[in-house]
Amino acid sequence: MENDTIVKAEHVSMKFNLSSEKFDSFKEYVIKSIKRQVSYDEFWALKDVSFEVKKGESLGLIGLNGSGKSTMLKTIAGVLKPTEGKVSVNGNIAPLIELGAGFDMDLTARENVFLNGALLGYRRSQMEEQYGDIVAFSELAEFMDVPVKNFSSGMVSRLAFAIATIGTPDILIVDEVLSVGDFRFQEKCADRIQKMRDHGTTILFVSHSLEQVLSICNRIVWLEKGHLKMFGDAEEICKIYAES
Amino acid sequence: MSGYIKNFLKFQPLLSELVARDIKIKYRRSVLGVLWTLLNPLCMMIILSIVFSNIFKFDVENFPLYVLSGQVIFNFFNDSTTSSMSSIISSASLIKKVYVPKYLFVLSRVVSSFINLLASFTALLLVMVATRAELHYTAFLSVIPLMMVVGFSLGVGLILAALTVKFRDIIHLYSVFTTGLMYLTPVIYPMSILPEKIKIIVMINPLTNYLIMFRDLMMGNTLPSLSSFLIGLAEVAAALLLGVYVFYKNQDEFILNL
Repeated sequence: MENDTIVKAEHVSMKFNLSSEKFDSFKEYVIKSIKRQVSYDEFWALKDVSFEVKKGESLGLIGLNGSGKSTMLKTIAGVLKPTEGKVSVNGNIAPLIELGAGFDMDLTARENVFLNGALLGYRRSQMEEQYGDIVAFSELAEFMDVPVKNFSSGMVSRLAFAIATIGTPDILIVDEVLSVGDFRFQEKCADRIQKMRDHGTTILFVSHSLEQVLSICNRIVWLEKGHLKMFGDAEEICKIYAES
Repeated sequence: MSGYIKNFLKFQPLLSELVARDIKIKYRRSVLGVLWTLLNPLCMMIILSIVFSNIFKFDVENFPLYVLSGQVIFNFFNDSTTSSMSSIISSASLIKKVYVPKYLFVLSRVVSSFINLLASFTALLLVMVATRAELHYTAFLSVIPLMMVVGFSLGVGLILAALTVKFRDIIHLYSVFTTGLMYLTPVIYPMSILPEKIKIIVMINPLTNYLIMFRDLMMGNTLPSLSSFLIGLAEVAAALLLGVYVFYKNQDEFILNL
């Protein structure tokens, strides 16, 4: 079972209708439908991307801004449904929710820990076991009963990171999250990701820092304007990418 | 099908956390806290009773109880559908980042409204005791119309939530609609004062049926007729089926419109 495929993307394409933003109101919709002005400015964020990740491998996604990295991660996480093609995931996913998007700002940190745990699919009893660990890792012991709206962005992301990395998920999605927090905490996060990788967790990692990507990943998907430019061994591709 | 059930079980803890959050936030920083769910309908009842027993003089026995029982049903419908309507939009940041079955947000709103319903139901029982109204055994059966309203509201809530993502106008339109709907439901007035033509419209409103069944069981010691029971059940089924259909049809596009 060692080399099982854990994530498989087959000819994934994702289309956005830019015009769908334009009518928010019913009136506009009716008028435009009647006039047949519903124009479709199609935008393909991903076009025919295929790759697969085996168990224990770590995949880095690189590419310029707007090349479709985040869209790709979202289709893997199940947030977006690809317009064409198919993504199959074999295992449970822990998304590293950037800057605590899963937090309710009015709740205290303690309550948010349980809410977020539930979002990731943990039961309350499991969360109670992990609670001490989360508090210790985020170094927020004195602030656990403060509403999160009073937290600094660094504190929020520390808490979010601590929650997302509990347990040993099969797949951990890290989307440019390491660029927040002070440098000491960044190191702590990188350490933890390394440790999870050693335990067999597959890491899907997006970053603009080639150094970080190289230190964590052994496979790379290079996207350019939604197309798969290259897929393969990390070091080779990094070399070509750095030169281009 | 079993996949759906498995998925629901996996996220069942999330449902309880979402409900707990709704309730906590609603009463945070208020001194009396959850007691308000009990006090609110009682205060409304007092005002409405004073107004209507002095100005309009409806021929209703124990008017406070009549108003309160109407409010229990109507307010639940109003609360649950209104909060379901915005449930998807207000969870936009989450839906964009994490995979969660989206109907959970609607369901959690209906469940937290249901908890409020239990509180206002307690208020109703208190008033019954205080006014020395007779409690009959049929009161136990009032669970049936209550469950029907819950199912009906869930169906309507699913439809509203899905449509609101596309057309935000509905938020503004719906509050007008529910105000109108309240007058088409015999919350304050007895059915006997209605002229024939309007009575037909009021009877078409599914809430009227549930409310009459509820009142008959709670206060009238009469069982609902089989036909009104079956009609009620059919309306619940229709609302739920349509709700689930509309919601599932649209849910993959939510993220593009949020």
